[in-house]
Amino acid sequence: MSASPSPYLAEESEFNLSEDVVTKITEMAAVFPQRNSALIPALHLIQDQFGWVPPPAIKQLAQLLKTTPNKIYGVLTFYTMFNLKPVGKYHIQVCRNVSCSLLGAKHIIEHLSKKLKIQPGETTKDNKFTLSLVECLGACGTAPVMMINDTYYENLDAKKVDGILKSLQ
Amino acid sequence: MIQEKKMLTRHVGVSGMEKIDNYERDGGYIGLKKMIEKSPQDFVEEVKKSFLRGRGGAGFPTGFKWGFLPKEKNKPFYLVCNADEGEPGTFKDRVIMEHDPLLLIEGMTIAAYATRADLGFIYIRGEFKWIAEILERAIENARAANYLGKNILGKEFDFDILVMRGAGAYICGEETALIESLEGKRGTPRVRPPFPANAGLYGCPTIVNNVETFGCLPFIAKQGAGTFKLMGTFQAAGTKLYGISGHVNRPGVYEFPMGTNLKDMILYAAGGVRNGKKLKAAIPGGISAPILKADEIDIAMDFDSCIKANTMLGSGGIIVMDEDTSIPEVAEAAINFFVHESCGQCIPCREGLMKIQQLLKMLTSGKGKREDLDAILQISNNINGATLCPLGDAGALSIQAMINKFPEEFEALLN
Ligand SMILES: Cc1cc2nc3c(=O)[nH]c(=O)nc-3n(C[C@H](O)[C@H](O)[C@H](O)COP(=O)(O)O)c2cc1C
Ligand code: SF4
Ligand code: FES
Repeated sequence: MSASPSPYLAEESEFNLSEDVVTKITEMAAVFPQRNSALIPALHLIQDQFGWVPPPAIKQLAQLLKTTPNKIYGVLTFYTMFNLKPVGKYHIQVCRNVSCSLLGAKHIIEHLSKKLKIQPGETTKDNKFTLSLVECLGACGTAPVMMINDTYYENLDAKKVDGILKSLQ
Repeated sequence: MIQEKKMLTRHVGVSGMEKIDNYERDGGYIGLKKMIEKSPQDFVEEVKKSFLRGRGGAGFPTGFKWGFLPKEKNKPFYLVCNADEGEPGTFKDRVIMEHDPLLLIEGMTIAAYATRADLGFIYIRGEFKWIAEILERAIENARAANYLGKNILGKEFDFDILVMRGAGAYICGEETALIESLEGKRGTPRVRPPFPANAGLYGCPTIVNNVETFGCLPFIAKQGAGTFKLMGTFQAAGTKLYGISGHVNRPGVYEFPMGTNLKDMILYAAGGVRNGKKLKAAIPGGISAPILKADEIDIAMDFDSCIKANTMLGSGGIIVMDEDTSIPEVAEAAINFFVHESCGQCIPCREGLMKIQQLLKMLTSGKGKREDLDAILQISNNINGATLCPLGDAGALSIQAMINKFPEEFEALLN
C-alpha cells in the first residue's frame, strides 16, 4: 500500500474530530457510569469519520476521556474491527469460516481477488477497495457472506458479487 | 414429525415490532405487569422452578445464578445482555433482536426487577450495527412509554438500558472478557473467583445472561413456570433456537422444544442434505462442539443428552456436512478461528493452538508426517484443562474429535 503522502506525516489538522463526534463522545462519557466505558464507542465514531483510526485523533480522544494515547493504543490493537491504517473507500470483508467455506467462500474470495487484482489484506491502487478475510460474521444461515463497510451481503455467488461490485463503481 | 413451537420467533416476518402498541397488542408487557406486583424474590423462585437454563452455551440454571447476588445492596447492581454471538455456526440471537427487540427489552426489565439491577447493558457484536440501531429505537420507544426510566409502571423501580457495540473480538462473548470490554479495556477473561455476581462490572455485582435467556422471561412471567415446563425436557425446559447451516436445503433459525431430535431437525426442518447427497457429519452447537458422525446424530438436542453423546449443545448452531466434505479442511477453518480469537493470555491456548494450526497446514498441504498427526493429538491433550477460559479447551477438543472420528481422512494426507 502506498497511499501518498503517508498519513502519518499528514498535517494533524486533517484529522480533527468533527464537532459532532466530539459532542457525542462527551455525552457518552457522561452517560456511562465510568468515563472509560465510552472508549470503544468513541473509536467506532472516529472510524466512521475517517475510515480508520488515525494517530492524531487518538491524541484528541485521550484528552476528551482524560486518559493517555498509549492506553488507548493498548485497547485499540486488541479489537480487529478498528483499522490501524487507511482502507479503501469500500472495505470488503469476506467470511472464510466453516459454514461459509462449506458453501464456497473460497471461490468468492478467489473471484474477488481476481476481479480487484489484489490479494486479501491489500487495497486497490485507486484506494477504492480493500479486501479482508474474517472469521464468521454471524450470518452462517445465509452463507457465503461478506460485509462491505456496514452492509451485509448474503447468499453470495460469483454473479451476485459482480453485480454488487458494479453497483459500487 | 416434529413441530416448531414459536415463543421467541413468533414475530419473525412481522414488521414494526419495535413499536410499543404493536408489541402490547400481541400480549407484550403483560408479563412485566404481572410480576411487578410480587416481590423480586418471588420471581427468582419462579425462574428457579421453571428450569430455565442459560442459552449462552453453558446451560447454567438462570434462577440459581441470580441467587448468587449478595443479599445486602450497598453498591449498584448491573445487568448485562450478552449479544456478542460470533461462533461459527451461530446466528440465533440476532433473530430475536431484529424481529422482536421489545421481547428482549421486556425480558431484561423483568430480570432487572428480580435482580434489583440499576442499569442494564446490551453488548452486541460490532458488525451488527443495524441491529444495534433497531435496539436503540426500541429502547427509545420503551422510555417514551415509561417501560424504562424512572418509576416504571408507577412503582419504585428505575431501570434503563445502554447499548454498546463490540469491535470484532469473539472472546468478548466470554462473560468476564465482556465485562472488561464494557469497562473500555482489552477483552481478556478474568480469573475467577470473584464471580461477576459478586464483583463484575466496575467491581459491582453483575448478572450476565444471553439474549435468548432474557427472551424466555416474559413468557415465564406471564404464564408461570408450570406452563414453561410443559415445553422441553425435564432437565431443561422451554424452547430452543437452533440455527442450521451448511449443506442443507433450507438453512435458517428454527425454534423447537428443548430436546428435539437432531436428525429430525436436519431432515424435516432443514429439508435434509442438499443436492441429494449423503450426510457425512454434523457439528451440533457451534464449532466449539465436538463433531458427530452421520450415524451419531440420532440424539436429543438438550444440554445433558449432548454431553452424553460426548459433544455439547453450546449455542445450538448446527453445521451440516455432506459426503464430499473434507474434514481436514473443516479442521483447518476451525483452528484458524480459535487461533485468531485466542486472547493470548494463557500460553497453552496461545502457543498450543498456533502449533496445531501449523501442523494442520502441513497436513493439508501434503507435507505432514505421522508424527505431526500424533503431535496434534498430544498438544490438544495438553491444552485441555490448562487454560483460564474454555476457549483453549474448545479449540483443542473440537480438532481432536475430528481426528478421532475421521482418522482415515487425516491419514490419507500423510506424506
Ligand atoms: C469463548 C467464549 C465465548 C462465548 N460467547 C458467548 C456469546 O457470544 N454469547 C453468549 O451469550 N454467551 C457466550 N459465552 C458464554 C458466556 O460466558 C456466559 O456463560 C453467558 O453469556 C451466560 O448467559 P446464560 O447464563 O444466559 O447462558 C461464551 C463463552 C466463552 C468461553
Ligand atoms: S484460554 Fe485462550 S482465550 Fe481463554 S483466557 Fe486463555 S488465552 Fe485467552
Ligand atoms: S461462518 Fe461465515 S458467517 Fe458464520
